[in-house]
Amino acid sequence: MTRIRARLLVLHVLVLALLAVLAVRLWQVQVVHGQEFVTRATETRTRVVISPAVRGQILDSSGRPLVRNKTALVVSVDRTRLSRMQDGGLAVLRKLSAVLGRPVKDLQQRIRPCGPGVGKPCWTGSPYQAVPLDEKVDTREALQILERQEEFPGVTAEVNSVRQYPGGRAGAQMLGYLQPVTQAELEKREGLKASFSGVDLAGRDGLEYVYDDALRGKAGLRRVQVDRMGKPLGVVEQVTPVAGDHLVTSIDSRVQAVVEKALAKAMKSAPAADGGAGVVLDARTGRVVALASAPGYDPEIWAGGISARGYQWLMSEKSGKPLVSRAINGQFAPGSTFKVTSVSAMLRAGYPLNGTYSCPGSYMVGGRAFNNFRGIGLGSMNLHTALVKSCDTIFYRAAYEQYLKDGGRTPKKKPKEVFANVARQFGFGAPTGIDLPGESGGRIPDRAWKKELWDQTSAVTCTRARKGYPELKDRARAAFLKQLAVENCAEGFLLRPGDAANFSIGQGDVLVTPLQLARAYQALVSDGKVRSPRIGWAQVRPDGKVVKTIPVPVVGKLPLSEKERLYIKNALSQVAADGTAAGAFAGFPMDQVRVGGKTGTAEVWGKKDTSWFASFAPTKKPQYVVVVMVSQGGMGGSTAAPAVREIYEGIYGIKRRPAVPGGRLTTRLPRFAPDGTVAGG
Amino acid sequence: MIARAVDIRRPSLLQRMAREDSTVRRLDGLMLVAVAGLCVIGTLLVWSSTRTWAPGSTGLVKKHLLNEAVGIVMCGLVAMVDHRAMRAYAPLVFLMSLLGLGLVLTPLGATINGSHSWILLGGGFAVQPSEFAKVGLLLITAMLLAQPAEGTDRPRMIDVTLALVAAGITIGLVMLQPDLGTAMVLAVITAAGLVISGVRKRLIALLTLVAGLGVFAVFYFQMLEPYQVARFTAFVDPSVDPRGVGYNSTQSLIAIGSGQLLGKGLLGGGQTTGRFVPEQHTDFIFTVAGEEFGFLGSVTVVILLGIVLLRGLKIARECEDRFGTLVAGTIVCWFAFQTFINVGMTIGIMPITGLPLPFVSYGGTATFANLVAVGLLQAIKVRRRPFA
Repeated sequence: MTRIRARLLVLHVLVLALLAVLAVRLWQVQVVHGQEFVTRATETRTRVVISPAVRGQILDSSGRPLVRNKTALVVSVDRTRLSRMQDGGLAVLRKLSAVLGRPVKDLQQRIRPCGPGVGKPCWTGSPYQAVPLDEKVDTREALQILERQEEFPGVTAEVNSVRQYPGGRAGAQMLGYLQPVTQAELEKREGLKASFSGVDLAGRDGLEYVYDDALRGKAGLRRVQVDRMGKPLGVVEQVTPVAGDHLVTSIDSRVQAVVEKALAKAMKSAPAADGGAGVVLDARTGRVVALASAPGYDPEIWAGGISARGYQWLMSEKSGKPLVSRAINGQFAPGSTFKVTSVSAMLRAGYPLNGTYSCPGSYMVGGRAFNNFRGIGLGSMNLHTALVKSCDTIFYRAAYEQYLKDGGRTPKKKPKEVFANVARQFGFGAPTGIDLPGESGGRIPDRAWKKELWDQTSAVTCTRARKGYPELKDRARAAFLKQLAVENCAEGFLLRPGDAANFSIGQGDVLVTPLQLARAYQALVSDGKVRSPRIGWAQVRPDGKVVKTIPVPVVGKLPLSEKERLYIKNALSQVAADGTAAGAFAGFPMDQVRVGGKTGTAEVWGKKDTSWFASFAPTKKPQYVVVVMVSQGGMGGSTAAPAVREIYEGIYGIKRRPAVPGGRLTTRLPRFAPDGTVAGG
Repeated sequence: MIARAVDIRRPSLLQRMAREDSTVRRLDGLMLVAVAGLCVIGTLLVWSSTRTWAPGSTGLVKKHLLNEAVGIVMCGLVAMVDHRAMRAYAPLVFLMSLLGLGLVLTPLGATINGSHSWILLGGGFAVQPSEFAKVGLLLITAMLLAQPAEGTDRPRMIDVTLALVAAGITIGLVMLQPDLGTAMVLAVITAAGLVISGVRKRLIALLTLVAGLGVFAVFYFQMLEPYQVARFTAFVDPSVDPRGVGYNSTQSLIAIGSGQLLGKGLLGGGQTTGRFVPEQHTDFIFTVAGEEFGFLGSVTVVILLGIVLLRGLKIARECEDRFGTLVAGTIVCWFAFQTFINVGMTIGIMPITGLPLPFVSYGGTATFANLVAVGLLQAIKVRRRPFA
């Protein structure tokens, strides 16, 4: 028995050792690494379901919706589930195409992920989220899908809110659009990831983009405990969504409609017109009352994901690129509307305000004759008449003299460049900073700009100067172009006398956007302060509480004394009555509403003229600044000015119902009832 | 009536139990307390892990309690029998267990959870003869090896050979089901019997070598089912197949680890409630203990099992006849092996093998067999001295 006892002792030691091993390992797993396993357990055990917040509306200054929500049944497809099927989900898509009445190919294209070599339509969102295929499903179609889930695996139909545009095409470029968030956007924008639900959309352009954070609201969250099969067992955590704020804008939807209509009519009246813009600012505050661009488009096109043809149409030359807002992205030579800056520049260069200037039919600039419009001399006049009659030669002369003062072709070390610098103080040459994305800055072609351009292009130009244009059939034209290249190669970096002269009447290389012009006139006719225009007026919570009023920042000051400013304003006040726009305003009740302004007819090489009219009314205490631009529209007085007239007629209700009764814009935010509806207009 | 009339009063049951030399007082109370504790914990864990099968149900608790009750009765009955008499019945018990294993292979046998090791009794009850085969094999092994060779304290070669033949037949029948885990337990029982009985170290080494070659051959000639091989592969490197075989191992670690020091409380384990760990009322029941009772709870389970093992060893040491010692020693080895493999696989230090945790896992026949083994230990404890 001793041997047995000895062996039992060994066994005893072994058992103790094994028990110790278990205890030590348990300590290691549960106490030392316990926290890691808690984290992993939470990951495996819970799923987060995000309920998107209702997006805020975009309202006009009276609380009328520009963009609102409507609930719609949306049919979505889970790509991952389809791709796991043997036929890649083709059978399901076929059935779906029959229900939705859309070709299978279209559905297939919509669910493929975007990437290099994949044209629109494609899915820009995450590959793991359900792809909305149709946002305009009627209840009958949705029920067919919901009731026969076994026939439509991976397909869901659920109630979602989609954007609706009561104004139709009005201000489409300004309002912007929503599209699914891309992976890149998720990475870039902090906070978006946490609240992203998978069916969520983000503003991609216009106000929807700029005010996305406010409009979006805060998504709700439900952390659901699930079992091994993903079956929900209960709710662990619940955060209710917070609806997004409404954006009250200073847009007046009736004025906007008037502008859209006037612009469309102007486009039609000029057969070559290929684009136009209308800007209406509140003259007192610099807020935007209407912002229109033609050609327009119906923003409904974005709903439910855009089709290939739809997207191509929005971007094509043939349709006139309706996606591009001419009001903030259209860059055109401003023509004579620019002369307000040239007069100011003359004053800053020391020309007397009350001086008399001769307006000959033509003026020699650097050995070349620069003509008045139609070469007609208008005799002696003061600056007031120079603006009203739109004399060119006075400005040619002043600009040339200043050019020579700066040293001409051999510039001084620090040229003053009065004309360019005053133009900048009017806000040209830089974006206005309006609350819209992707605004263009225009161009002020000064000496530095010339140099820079030449640095970029001289290599090509000088090659052309040596080799000419052998590929051109038209030998005369080739010779002309070669001569041009030789000149440009030799002294392209120099600001030439002609450049300076052209600049003074808003021709040549100078480019402005309609919005820039409007805000320059707003500064001129209000208080001399240059502002950064705003469309957004206030962010208002759904219950009516004003979260934030959006101020209009003052970003500069016109280089004019009060006396000088009023002198120029006075001159402009006569244009519509007696000057270049008199024809367009014939019969307009100037005694009721006196309109002031300046026409512009800018020559564009190889194209028809750009037609401009920059205006304000009433002249005594301006309420509105209205700028209309029609690209290839011809004379300012014949295309743009009539459109502006129509806008004022609409606003003040001349021969029709007024869009703004009394012409007085509201200065108070709309009031909201506690349930979120607009109480007072 | 007669007793009262002649005023010969038999001592009451309580009085008899209170006597110093009474059978009850000679029982190993500490072991019984530990076993009772394990049964209670097991019941709670079975409740926690099976209540989610249907809403509002108590799962398998009632059946588990019934099994335990039957097991306790069997334990008591076995404890009352003199183990030395059992030596005589050992061949009979062994043959019956072989018969049971044979029946499984006939059309009476049934497959549950991929293992063809059941005989259905009707009414939702089924027995697993392989569990009883453990008892049968350990009794026959102890019987054969208890008789030392003339003038030595080592068993006779003929008995060693017979023990190996008995083990071979039993293991062979179990492998036909196939049930690798039980086969391993049976091998451990035989090995324990051989080692404890005093077989020469040389012979032990030789047998170990033969067994090793056998295991190698099994792998080499691919006699195992693919899933069995996969379990071993996954044990060596769980990342091989995290959603498949490695899944069990990963999920059981997550469940136990997330219990931390104090646990999430009974019925509070999210992993258990979500049934992320498979077979969590049987083979993986330790994960429920780990998650809901934490380190303190899971170590308590290990300590209670340790008490059973150490008290069993004490009984083996103090028993003065070779048969009793051998039976007690092999039972301890059986429980120790099953405990270590079962707990070890849930915490990632042992490969996944289908073995229940003694006294805790759900399973009727296993509960019966375990409690019968406890009865055997108690019987040996009570009658540790040989006949005077």
